[in-house]
Order: sequence, then structure tokens, then C-alpha cells
Amino acid sequence: MSLKRRDFMKLCTGTVAGIGISQMFHPAVHEVLAGTVSGSRPPVLWLQGQGCTGCSVSLLNTVSPSIADVLLKVISLEFHPTVMAWEGEPAMEHMYKIADKFKGQFFLAVEGAIPMAADGKYCIIGEVKHKEVSMLDAMVELGGKAAAVLALGTCAAYGGIPMAKGQLTDSMPVSKVFAAKGVKTPVVNIPGCPPHPDWIVGTLVVALQAIKKLGLQKGLAEVVKILDKAGRPTPFFGKNIHDNCPYLQNFKDSKFSATFTKKEDCRYELGCKGPDTNADCFQRKWNNGINWCVQNAVCIGCVEPNFPDGKSPFYES
Amino acid sequence: MAAGKATISIDPVTRIEGHLKAEVVVEGGKVVDARVSGGMFRGFENILIGRDPRDATQIVQRICGVCPTAHSTASCLALDEAFGVKLTTNGRIVRNLIWGANYLQSHILHFYHLAALDYVNGPNTAPFQPRYAKPDLRLDKKTNGVAVGQYVEALEIRRICHEMVAMFGGKMPHVSGQVVGGTTEIPTKERIAEYAARFKKVREFVEKKYIPVVYLVGSVYKDLLSVGAGHKNSISFGAFPLDDMSKELLLKRGVFIDGKVQDFDPAKIKEFVKYSWYDDSTTGLNFKEGKTVPKADKAGAYSFVKSPRYDGKAVEAGPLARMIITNPDLSPMGQKALKELFKLNAKKFMDLKDVAFSIMGRHVARAEETYLMLLGVERWLKEVQAGGETFVKAAIPDNAEGLGLTEAPRGSLLHYVNIKGKKIANYQIVSATIWNANPRDDSGQRGPIEEALIGTPVADINNPVNVCRVIRAFDP
Repeated sequence: MSLKRRDFMKLCTGTVAGIGISQMFHPAVHEVLAGTVSGSRPPVLWLQGQGCTGCSVSLLNTVSPSIADVLLKVISLEFHPTVMAWEGEPAMEHMYKIADKFKGQFFLAVEGAIPMAADGKYCIIGEVKHKEVSMLDAMVELGGKAAAVLALGTCAAYGGIPMAKGQLTDSMPVSKVFAAKGVKTPVVNIPGCPPHPDWIVGTLVVALQAIKKLGLQKGLAEVVKILDKAGRPTPFFGKNIHDNCPYLQNFKDSKFSATFTKKEDCRYELGCKGPDTNADCFQRKWNNGINWCVQNAVCIGCVEPNFPDGKSPFYES
Repeated sequence: MAAGKATISIDPVTRIEGHLKAEVVVEGGKVVDARVSGGMFRGFENILIGRDPRDATQIVQRICGVCPTAHSTASCLALDEAFGVKLTTNGRIVRNLIWGANYLQSHILHFYHLAALDYVNGPNTAPFQPRYAKPDLRLDKKTNGVAVGQYVEALEIRRICHEMVAMFGGKMPHVSGQVVGGTTEIPTKERIAEYAARFKKVREFVEKKYIPVVYLVGSVYKDLLSVGAGHKNSISFGAFPLDDMSKELLLKRGVFIDGKVQDFDPAKIKEFVKYSWYDDSTTGLNFKEGKTVPKADKAGAYSFVKSPRYDGKAVEAGPLARMIITNPDLSPMGQKALKELFKLNAKKFMDLKDVAFSIMGRHVARAEETYLMLLGVERWLKEVQAGGETFVKAAIPDNAEGLGLTEAPRGSLLHYVNIKGKKIANYQIVSATIWNANPRDDSGQRGPIEEALIGTPVADINNPVNVCRVIRAFDP
């Protein structure tokens, strides 16, 4: 029995009866947690390129499931430079060992872009047997062995700020590096600067559920089916912010805020990029539903492939 | 153990933010030389050139996802000066509330989720295992269990701190709510109450759990109070203006050199690049003339970090520097712990004397700074005006300069902007960690972390646990 697209949509948009936005993953999480009783937490290797660790920090903000549950019950985070106990060469060797032991079965999570100039010298992630390991080399070697790659954040998904005008390092997103180096592993882009934790956990949990039901290949194929042309999961990135904005009527009535702190009207003339941005922030909000960019200021379109250059200047319409 | 010489290379140094390598030479069981290397370059200063100046406050946040509010604050201060705009009182206070909440998050994250595994054994699963076979973990089983429980609880507490930041900042990481001229959202009575309710929970954790456990761990690892001294010179640009004229700051401004606190002069800052992967023609420049010209193949260089020096001296930045220069009263729980666990009667931070310049001294400084920040937030919650204007509009100047000085959780932070024809002509950033994690300067003087590593005991080169303990205490 395949995971029907509408079930996936329901899980992500929280319309399962009686479940609020912050708890919308409970059915999927419950199933996945049940699976882990047999000890089947999939290994995840997490690489950081030209990033800022913001994607990891955002993930720490997941409310339900908690990050403790994600780390202890959902995935087996075998390599993550920011939180792992070990260090240096033994940590790198452990990473390679896991990649070989679970070849074709582990997930590679990537945050940050990958510099290709100077043979990858602008981002060195480790040293093994007196040899530097560049992010570029690690991406090719581990990417080729992974079941799938999660390109987390706009940098990894589309290049983002490291790839913006003025950059000097030939910075590239995961998909372009793979195309250049002939790596065929499927890539799921979860953009955002940073991505909302729900987008990361939601995609991961539903992918695991599909894999549990259908096996690895067929399960991944189900996930790939719901990606849009920019490689993003449509349940999170299929709706336009402007079309769903609480200030849409003000826009239609030409009622525009002249200054940031005047909150009654549409923020278009303050530079809001909602019309060119597709994400569910208008519904999900941020940080456990506390606030979101349009309510607080303006949208700067951080999930889009052309962020930041195509969204600049941020404060001009 | 080994009396011969051995070189140990640790890359990656984990449980930090970013990419760092440590190479130490060990002889007679102690570190006799060290090179610390930043392994990644993006080029924000180059990427900013030619842009609308207001875009800077958004772009620079992406320098760091742990402390984006540091960069947005410094950028806003530089632009405030360049645009010639003066904040409203409420704008200043809301900026402090946004900024202060992330200090709390950052310090809690650092001790528990970055540093603690150096002293605590985590659950028997990834990412807490595998680890060194001889990790030198000395906490008894019960205390270790308490520490693990706090690690898990701290995950929730730091998430709540981010909710506080987002209350007026829009979202975290990378706030939308800080702009030149102030902040974008006027606080309402309800949202102030929501912020305050979360603050109460965070405060309780800091006072009852975080601060006491730092002292407890320090008392179990007393030998680490004499490891990691370094040059013993410090710098603080100061942060968190307590009045509209910025006459008084919560974290004071100054330099501590050769045992004395002195006034700070930004003109005395120069960046050196002889051992950094940048063109040699750009060495010895003050930020006003600063240039960033990467040269990844430069012989003899070993880091992408430039070497900033103050009046030629390598100065440490961060909580230890700030606590020395500010010298506040120690927290009540800190004073109690010092009496009970160390038999020390101390009232002010400087009563700790030389012991402060150590691995454990830096963790204590961070915990004490967190307490000081609690007092700051408490004060700003009383001062903030529901409904009070937080934003002052200002036009982009044709040609102007601005300097923004603040303190990121990790250390002194400077943003300098030069605007020509309404666009950014030059933008230079001297950031927190580059004060600490820099390589040698042109005269061969080691950087603060490199110097702090000298003398570090390494009994077993296959389990060199003290090396990264020294590094992590700086929170790079």
C-alpha cells in the first residue's frame, strides 16, 4: 500500500483531525518511533561546507518531535562536527567507516555551499593520515555512497550567499557539484536561510515512513515524486506567501505601510518579497508559532533559488 | 609519559562553530608549540561591495547561525552612525532585549551542547559515542547522570531563548527585526508578558542548574584551573547601552594589558596576514583601509583567519575579557560555590585573580556573564514601553562612514562601512573569534589560543583530551 500523496500533504499541513501545527507529525513520528524498537535508526552523516551552522541551530529548535527525540529515536547521527563527542582523525575515520558499512543506506545531510576554486582549498573539513580533506572531495566520495542527500538550507540547495555576486571561491550548491562530478545520488533540497526545523524533520520523518512501508528505493521514489522543479518538497514550498498573506486584501486595496512599525497594512512598499516567494511561513510561523518575517518586518525571499541577488535590495519594492 | 617529540594534528576540532584545525607539538608530556588554523573562507566583505547599505544587516547575519544577532547589531550600529540616525529609547531597549536573549541562548548552548562532553559521558549512542578510549571523565555516576539530564533540558531552554529573540526579532536564526534606525516591531503589553514568562523559565535554569554545575565541574577538574593561561591580555569593545547616549554599558569597554585596565582606541587595531592566506600587500592595515584579497596557495601561511592586534599585542576576547574589564559582582550562587567548593571568599570577578586565565576560568566567566545578562534583561523588561516607537526612518546617505562596535558572545565584534554614491564601497568585519583563533602575526607572536595551548599537559598522544578542552573554553 503506497503512501498516498494526500496523506503526505495532510501530515505536512496539519489537517489530520485534532492535531495542531506544532504536533502535526505525531502520526508519522509514532510510526517511525515504533520502527526504532527494532533498532532501525538510519545513519546520518552531516557535512558542513561554506555555511554558518544556522541550519543546524534551526533544527535544534524543532518542537515536536523534540531534538532529543530526533537524535535518540529517529536518526543515528554518526557524524556532525557541531555536536559529536569525538574529534579529528578518529572522527573522520568513523565517518568513512559508517559510509562503507551502510553503503547505499545512509543519508548525507549537507549545510553550506561547496567551493570549487583552488581544488576545494577554500573549505577543508578535516585531515586524515596527514592529508587535507576538502568539502569538495568529501561530497563526491560520501555523496556517491549515500542513499540520498538532503541539501539543507539555501546555500546547499542553490548556492545562497556564498555564491552571491562578489564571491571569489567558485561556490556551488550540492546539485551543481554532483552534476560536475557525475554523482547520481538523488538530492532533496530543503531551502531556507535557515530552513524551518519542521521542513527538515517533516521531510525526513515522512521519507522514513515511506521507506519503512515500501523499502528504500520505492520509498525514496515516493519522496522524489513530491519535489517541485527546484527540488523542494511541495507540501512545504508549494504555496506562494503573497497569495496566502493576511495582508493580501490591503495589497489589493492599495493600502501600504510607509514605515516598518506601522503594522496595519501591506508591506509591499517596504520591500516585501512575498509575491516571489514560495513557503508556508504564513501558516507555520517561526519559533513555535511566535512570529514570522512578514508580521515582524518583510519577507526577503530566503527560500528561493535566486536569494540573495534576485531578492536585493531587500528593502526596496 | 613520552619524553620524545610528537606532532598531533586535530582536524576537525569539533563542538565549535565553523572549521578549525589544531596542530600541537608535544614534548615531555606538555604542548611546546601550537598552530591553530581556520580552514574555510567565504568572503562576506567582498560580497557586500556595491550593495544597498541596508541589505548589510541581513547578509552579515549569515556569517554565523549561532550569533546572527551579534552581526546584525554591529551592522546596525555602523549604519546608524553612517545614516546619522539616533534611536528612540524604546528602540535601544528592544534591541537589547533581542540581543540579550540570544546571549542567554549562546552561552547555554556552548556549555552544554559544545563543551560539556569534554567532562560528561553522554548516552550510549551516536553522536555521543564513539569517543576517545581514555576520555578522562571524572564525574561520579550520579553527577554524570544529573549533567546528562541538564544537557537534555538545556536543549529545550535554548529553544525557549530563541522564542524570546523571535518575539521582537521575527525569527531565529537570522532575525528580520533589526534594521538601521532601530527595530521593526513595537512591543505590545501581551508580547512583553510572553517574553517575560519565557525569561522566568530560562532564569530559573541558569540560576539553579547552569551556574552551579559549572562550578561543580570546575571543582572536579581543579588541575584545569592552571591550564590555558595564554598571553593574559584582553579586549572588550563593550555592549548593551544602558542609556541613550551610550555612556554606560552593561559589558564595559576597555583593554586589559600587562595587568591593567586601560581605555580602548579603535585606531590601535591592525590586522596582519603574513601567516594567513591573504595577499601580503594587505598586512598591517586598520579596518578603515582594510582589504580582503584571498591567496589560497601562499607559502608559509596556515590559516584563513587574519591576525588582529591591538597596539601590537595579541589580545583575548570573550566572556573572560569582558568579566575582567567589567569586574562585576559574582553571582550569589557563584559566591556560594566558591566558598563551599574552593574555600575562596570572592565577591567580584577579579577576586579570582590569575585562576581566571585558565580552561575552567573561561567557563566560569561565561557562566557569570550569563548571570549579568539575566540582570540586564530583567532591567530592560522593566524599562521597555508597550506601544513605544522603536524605529526612526532615515535616508541612505550619498557618502558616509560608520563604525559599529559590539561584543558577540564569543568576543569583540567590529563592522566598518564606507558608503559612496549610496552603495557600499568598503565593508570590513573584525569578528569575535578572529581575536582568539588567529595564527601568528608578522612578528611571529602567537595568537591567543595558540599561546593558551603552550604548557597544556598531554599525557597520552592518542587521547589528547586537554588540547581541545583549552580550545573549547574560548567558544570559537
